[in-house]
Amino acid sequence: MTDASDVEGLLRAVAPRALGALVRRRGDFEDAEDAMQEALLVAATEWQVTGPPHDPTAWLVRVADRRLIDSWRSSSSRRRREESLAFDPDPGPTPTRDDSLELLFLCCHPSLPLPSQLALTLRAVGGLTTDQIAHGFLVPSATIGQRISRAKATLRGARFELPAPADLPERVAAVAAVIYLVFTEGHTASSGASLDRVDLADEAVRLGRLLLALVQAHPMLTRQEGEVAGLLALMLLTHSRRAARTGRDGELVVLADQDRRLWDRALIDEGVTLITGALSAAPLGPYQLQAAIAAVHAEAATAGDTDWREILGLYDLLVSWAPSPMTRLNRVVALAMVDGPAAGLLALDTAATDPTLIDHHRTHAVRAHFLESVGDTSGARAEYELAARLTHSIPERRHLLARAARLA
Amino acid sequence: MKYLILIHQNFGAREQFASFTPTMQASALAAYQKLNADLVASGEYVSGEALDADTSATVVRGSEGTYVHTDGPFAETKEMLAGFYLVDVASRERAIEIAERIPEVAAGAAAIEVRPVLTYDWPEQ
Repeated sequence: MTDASDVEGLLRAVAPRALGALVRRRGDFEDAEDAMQEALLVAATEWQVTGPPHDPTAWLVRVADRRLIDSWRSSSSRRRREESLAFDPDPGPTPTRDDSLELLFLCCHPSLPLPSQLALTLRAVGGLTTDQIAHGFLVPSATIGQRISRAKATLRGARFELPAPADLPERVAAVAAVIYLVFTEGHTASSGASLDRVDLADEAVRLGRLLLALVQAHPMLTRQEGEVAGLLALMLLTHSRRAARTGRDGELVVLADQDRRLWDRALIDEGVTLITGALSAAPLGPYQLQAAIAAVHAEAATAGDTDWREILGLYDLLVSWAPSPMTRLNRVVALAMVDGPAAGLLALDTAATDPTLIDHHRTHAVRAHFLESVGDTSGARAEYELAARLTHSIPERRHLLARAARLA
Repeated sequence: MKYLILIHQNFGAREQFASFTPTMQASALAAYQKLNADLVASGEYVSGEALDADTSATVVRGSEGTYVHTDGPFAETKEMLAGFYLVDVASRERAIEIAERIPEVAAGAAAIEVRPVLTYDWPEQ
């Protein structure tokens, strides 16, 4: 007997390579992906009893290939494909070629809506089942299943190859964006040890490692390496704070109040090493800047030791690079830590004219915090209460109402 | 982001619908079927049902350890909760766009309420 989670881990590690080989061999991503899902299910139960085979990837390709041929034989398109089935019946050992990168580019294809890119990447590259993905996003399996089958139909006829060199930076950025969305949207609160309850944040970190390894192995992607390393570092550093982010009763603990002994030092060390290496070697970019900010927080022994001047400098760069409303708001917070809450209030008034920020709960939470710092208790209370009304997150609402109550 | 789309039909809208010609009824139902099919196809559909009349409801209330069941509408209102969609969409704007496609809206026979679903996830700091 082999432990179920060992088998699961092994399967997920070899899944992209096996699927890549099958698509390369048979040329039909849509059917190959279905066949590989079936092969993964067979392996998940069989390998627990027999132990994993000598060459797991080759085993998966062989079993999936047989399923694929069976499904083609029984389908109406039989005649069209019979020729290609006539020769080369056994895929043989693991092909030396690794098509995982081609697979990632296909799943994060610009013709697909983002939620479909997420679902398809998690299934085809992550080796997760539709049910596991649905659990992670808290939607029914049918909804995820539909997103995947529609995405595969859209991709019919798309070529299984690396994009043109001119398109590479943009396509790597699209893959990175999907992985980061999996990270931020994964409902880590509902995770557990059960196989059905996959932690999507962990999965995103795993995909981030895969992407970095693939980019590093590819001579044409040298210039993309820094941002991919930055993405992985950002996820590791954010992930390192996870145990400290919630209190004993499940309440939200903000960064300044976290028990830093609960931060995962191994993840921090790995993240800091990665981002330090990237910053010194690669062209700069938004993921590296965000990771650098997270690293400054990670390296402060207490909240009071935080080098806010350094963080503000990094935010100034980030705003010039990727001027999103949330980045501007975060920059205002850093500015207030350097120049004081009164300067923060002034800067906030300017930043808050942005239409997405004007009614955003975070804008009001930040203003409440500044008002509290300058001693305007009643103003702060009103802003905390307004922010609490505007958020859709129950833990955040509870946190904001507690802040308001403290000022009563 | 999930939104619950509540269809509050004007009082008497169902009687009015029953009085339509079969062709008019069929076209209204076809519009609903198209909306359902589009939402399923786009992967935004989570669930949705039409509800029986509010006169068929049982309202359950508790007080001092006992439960009281009363038959009939939850409240006397000019509208009736006639059905709902639960959708998982990219933005509030998209949820509103879906709400506008509900056939009763164009006919002026319903008000649609679009409500964000609360989440239990922790916001990233």
